[in-house]
Amino acid sequence: MRKLIVSPAPHVHGNESTRKIMLDVIIALAPSMLVAVYFFGLSAIRLLLVSVLVCVALEYVVQKYLLRRQPTVSDLSAVVTGVLLALNLPPTAPWWIAVIGSVAAIGIAKMTFGGLGHNIFNPALVGRVFLLVSFPVIMTDWTVPQSIFRPGVDAVSGATPLALVKEGLAQGLTVDQIMAANPDLTYGQMLFARAGGSAGEASALALIIGFVYLLARRVIRPHIPVSIILTVAVVSGIFWLADPSQYTDPVFNILTGGLLLGSIFMATDYVTSPMSSKGMVIYGVGIGLLTVLIRYFGSYPEGVSFAILIMNSIVPLLNKYIKPARFGKEAKHA
Amino acid sequence: MRRTFSMGGVHPNDCKISADSEIETFPLPERMYISMSQHLGAPAKPLVQKGDKVKTGQLIGASAGFISANIHSPVSGTVASVGPYADLAGNPAMHIVIDVEGDEWEESIDRTADIVREISLSPAEIIKRIADCGVVGLGGASFPTHVKLSPPPGKKAEFLIINGAECEPYLTSDYRLMVEHTEEVLLGARIMMKALGVVKGYIGIEDNKPAAIEAMRRLTESSYSEIEVVPLKKKYPQGGEKQLIDAVTGRKVPSMGLPIDTGVVVQNVGTSFAVYEAVQKNKPLFEGVMTVTGECLSVQHNFLVRTGTTFDRILDYVGGVPDTAAKIISGGPMMGKAVSNMAAATVKSTSSLLLLTEDQTRRRAEGECIRCGKCVQACPMGLEPYLLNKLSRAGRMEELEANKVYDCIECGCCMFTCPAYIPLLDYIRTGKADVMKIMRSRPKK
Repeated sequence: MRKLIVSPAPHVHGNESTRKIMLDVIIALAPSMLVAVYFFGLSAIRLLLVSVLVCVALEYVVQKYLLRRQPTVSDLSAVVTGVLLALNLPPTAPWWIAVIGSVAAIGIAKMTFGGLGHNIFNPALVGRVFLLVSFPVIMTDWTVPQSIFRPGVDAVSGATPLALVKEGLAQGLTVDQIMAANPDLTYGQMLFARAGGSAGEASALALIIGFVYLLARRVIRPHIPVSIILTVAVVSGIFWLADPSQYTDPVFNILTGGLLLGSIFMATDYVTSPMSSKGMVIYGVGIGLLTVLIRYFGSYPEGVSFAILIMNSIVPLLNKYIKPARFGKEAKHA
Repeated sequence: MRRTFSMGGVHPNDCKISADSEIETFPLPERMYISMSQHLGAPAKPLVQKGDKVKTGQLIGASAGFISANIHSPVSGTVASVGPYADLAGNPAMHIVIDVEGDEWEESIDRTADIVREISLSPAEIIKRIADCGVVGLGGASFPTHVKLSPPPGKKAEFLIINGAECEPYLTSDYRLMVEHTEEVLLGARIMMKALGVVKGYIGIEDNKPAAIEAMRRLTESSYSEIEVVPLKKKYPQGGEKQLIDAVTGRKVPSMGLPIDTGVVVQNVGTSFAVYEAVQKNKPLFEGVMTVTGECLSVQHNFLVRTGTTFDRILDYVGGVPDTAAKIISGGPMMGKAVSNMAAATVKSTSSLLLLTEDQTRRRAEGECIRCGKCVQACPMGLEPYLLNKLSRAGRMEELEANKVYDCIECGCCMFTCPAYIPLLDYIRTGKADVMKIMRSRPKK
């Protein structure tokens, strides 16, 4: 008697898998990783390797020895967290910063909640913010990108564009005066390579290439990144039009402070973002609004990380109350 | 831009490898097993006893209520037994077993190949003839066709839509009918339009079947101008009744509502052909076109099979079940039923036997939900499969109902798309059944 498989329909599968999706995210991050390595060399490679290794190893150990479950590190989600964390660190940060950040990301933000699919907050962002409040000096010492392929030019320590503006405004300067004092702050440089900031922010163009790849592969939909960026443009545009001497313009706001990195790769994290299209737009608008408010009025110059984490916390509510459009109206009878 | 339904859907490979195999007449077996439960509703009542002689086309099972259908003998011969016999899932159902002797048809049936174009019957006579001939919907649900053509009081049909989407991968029986019996299918539609009193008909065909679209267009542009061919985008579940109505007319069947609430009646291509044969040739529904396919078979077939032929007989005829076949499905890969009993027999609506290898059909280990929302995007009914799965597993019936589990059409898009291989539909299906039971048990207001 031959054996046949008997199970309910559907009998075929589209062959999408968590692992393939994570691999696509890693591929989409490749341009940014390459840019980071190009500008910061060994330091960037070291941060990437340490973050990824610690994230994967910690997830494996927690699953195998604490939760006593079959480890699922082959789904590559811990690799994604590691890469994102490394790209969110100052490129010249010491290696142990990556270790502590990874422990906070995987240990606290992910595994404590039950692992993949159960965490409320984006693990890599929790890692970054944990470091930001614990080691504020190291975490805000940014190196202005200098290519390792141009020996003889030392890396220049400095502040991020947003921090420069914040400091300048605090000293009573206008935005125009600050820009004039810092000729490096051109849009062209921000777009292609020279925005000071974390390793992953060096090139906006590299991030946009990753965005296009994720869209083309249908890993993410445009709802979240587009609603964040449009909201930042509109809200900062209103302030800027009202008083250009005190408020930076929309293009500056979009190209700086990890807004693209956050919008494209952090806010779109499946686990911590809403399920429905409407929920995604509300979430994106919230992140955009909070980002601008924190940047203009908060004590930190950068607001993306905090904005995403705050909106992460209301995702369960959005999923509960914002339902997708149903097919067909409610029947009138009975 | 081809028309399509407004939300959700997935794009499985269409795998129509049997599309070019012409319809062959399947040889008569020695013994036939005719189920009395071939339709939605009450099983038919057997009218013959052991030892009775029957002719091909003779009424052997009588409709047992308004929602029920007549059953006719597919062969001539002697009744061997009347009693329970296992269906494809192994569940016993009343069957009439007939030993085949020759092939002597009822004299009233027109067996010529001539196309009869003039429709002489009145609407009421058409509906009666369709009921007499035991025609049921051949798109899957096997709903008695005469019931669908008799809208309840106060509801009026405006359009008839013939469903030629055949959106399930692998299936090609409707395609072959549209190509080889184009005019009969259109005549069937014209007959049903007369029965319904509607003047506008559509036939929706997915654009992966250009030959069918062209064949239909050639006739609708000349002699069947009341019927419009609507090419549809290849997207599953384009042939779902609610999705097809949406794609063709833009109207949305309300939640818990029926197609007639939008003024539309949908009938499948196979049904339309059966209606033509019943009304114009006085031929009851006792045979149908069936695809026998799968990459593991060396030859792909479309057979004209008498209802009641056993699956093992059909598979023997095509050379037996290959060693690589791991699952045999009656119907398509998205909504068909896995066969566990090879001795079971075909019913009126059996549209295919599909053989899949283990690689093609393996269910992989379930992972954690990564909340990607792909199931939400894929759901053509705008539901949240991840949530329904969770609620069903937790037995939270009130919330399942509040989240409209009853609107689920069980198309399988959610499970097809889930990257964590969660068997979403398994749990949604059971949750839906439980909720429907609770809803039916409530006193009517």
